[in-house]
Amino acid sequence: MEHYDRKIIDRLDLMAVTIRKHVIEMLYRAKSGHPGGSLSAVDMIVALYFAHMNHNSKNPNDPDRDRFILSKGHAVPALYAVLAESGYFSVDELKNLREINSMLQGHPVCSYVPGIEASTGSLGHGLSFANGVALAGKLDENEYNVYVMMGDGETNEGQVWEAAAAASHYKLDNLTAFIDRNFLQIDGNTEEVMRLESARDRWSSFGWHVTEIDGHNMKQILDALNETDNHKRHPSLIILNTVKGKGVSFMENNVDFHGVPPNEMEYNMAMEELNSLQKKLEG
Amino acid sequence: MANPRNAYGETLVKLGEKYPNLVVLDADLSKSTKTIMFAKKYPERFFEMGIAEANMISTAAGLASCGKIPFASTFAVFATGRVYDQIRIDLAYSQANVKIFATHGGISVGKDGASHQMIEDIALMRVLPNMTVLAPSDATQTGKIVELMATNKGPMYARIGRANAPIIYDKDYVESIELGKGMIVEDGSDVTIIACGTMVDPAIDARKTLLKQGINAQLIDMHTIKPLDEKLVIKCAKETGAIITAEEHSIIGGLGGAIAETLAENSLPVKFRRMGIKDRFCESGEPKDLLEKYGLNEKHIVKNVKDLIGR
Repeated sequence: MEHYDRKIIDRLDLMAVTIRKHVIEMLYRAKSGHPGGSLSAVDMIVALYFAHMNHNSKNPNDPDRDRFILSKGHAVPALYAVLAESGYFSVDELKNLREINSMLQGHPVCSYVPGIEASTGSLGHGLSFANGVALAGKLDENEYNVYVMMGDGETNEGQVWEAAAAASHYKLDNLTAFIDRNFLQIDGNTEEVMRLESARDRWSSFGWHVTEIDGHNMKQILDALNETDNHKRHPSLIILNTVKGKGVSFMENNVDFHGVPPNEMEYNMAMEELNSLQKKLEG
Repeated sequence: MANPRNAYGETLVKLGEKYPNLVVLDADLSKSTKTIMFAKKYPERFFEMGIAEANMISTAAGLASCGKIPFASTFAVFATGRVYDQIRIDLAYSQANVKIFATHGGISVGKDGASHQMIEDIALMRVLPNMTVLAPSDATQTGKIVELMATNKGPMYARIGRANAPIIYDKDYVESIELGKGMIVEDGSDVTIIACGTMVDPAIDARKTLLKQGINAQLIDMHTIKPLDEKLVIKCAKETGAIITAEEHSIIGGLGGAIAETLAENSLPVKFRRMGIKDRFCESGEPKDLLEKYGLNEKHIVKNVKDLIGR
């Protein structure tokens, strides 16, 4: 276990609130989008971009950069907000999410947005894409790391298991995948829609190095990333135990907010909660 | 005779030396698609993906995002319909520099039957924005097309057949071909036959037979179905006034469909007929028997041309 400066953790926790506020703001303005899965994914994405990955917003195509692929493309508001706060494009651009003539499409497109590595939105592609990036890294003897985030429901897709087998076969130890394990997908609880448990055993049996953490705990996130980066011979999976809608009380564990944006009242309530949390962390 | 599949494998090996960033993926069919030639020469740049085509296509996109030039190969039936969504999002929408090279296109696959006879692939790929669609006709042209796929950017799909085929062109003749430019194989004034892929060779024979009967047919090898050489199509329509298309593919949405669209939109008063598979699945059988039964050989081209121009 590493000992982090308390300041780093505090700074990340505070940034996560800023990102959550952006997400709520963006979805309210766009009057469409996916709050639940965006909010549950925030903390890992913040940790990657603000504390862990080697990346440079001024040189988004740097061949040596670490890569993050958001396979669960519907959570892209969280990633857009992180990219903007990292300087890939202006924070002001966020207000154009899902608007006509905007580069910020409802689901990410790599050819439109600096910092977006892969076009996603149709579930199940991202792990395969990440395998390709990891294979290229091995071929070029480049030391970069590849990270990819899937939704838990997303792992219903057969292609995920094709990719899981291939990553293990090719010993892609430069690859770390995350499952945003919030236990909810559109039609309900993941275990009722199409059972995923034991997710840990399934991935282990495919030859993956598997860890499981609280996906909202920055210290656990950083520890897990440092551990999986150094793991050799197998691809790594971090199961992020998360809460869908995390950070906004009435959205938490509420599947009704999978693909429905907040109305005006909900928006005001959400911002009030996040503002008071922000104040608390700043204080 | 030569097999275009061998030309594909040999060209990959040749290009592999020149382009260290060229990589090849296959889905457990490398012996049939001939990517095995590349695999033997450059094992570190060959990725066997097993029977998992969806994963192969998306992985190829990931490799391309790192500056590689991936060629992904399998049979046409698995290379398109089975992985349409992966091609749509990861290649076409993303403008990834991935080359899908499919073998075993069309009904001349033969005895495996309709499950393996891909007759919709050109239509499926043609409708995708950003996608280039190619159907080379002989081994020589196949080699040149593979080279052009490697040296031109963007997502591309090429399909060839399974069988050996006569060599139509010598090497110098194909050296000047360009993607998106049809080849005028023979000039003629009475009718234009526009063929692609495996139908170019029987069209050459048909032209000779027609000539003996006093019909002088122009013959175009339209190796690029998208972007279509519309200028050439319009020119031919104006010059001969009669166009017949021939492809080992459904009459819907492929070469014939593309040319019909061009003719109609340019209000060209031309006699027109599409030869291809008439909106049905075919069956197991010897390739030559299938091509006879489903109307795709020299004899049928001759008959259709004469019907069309009323002679």
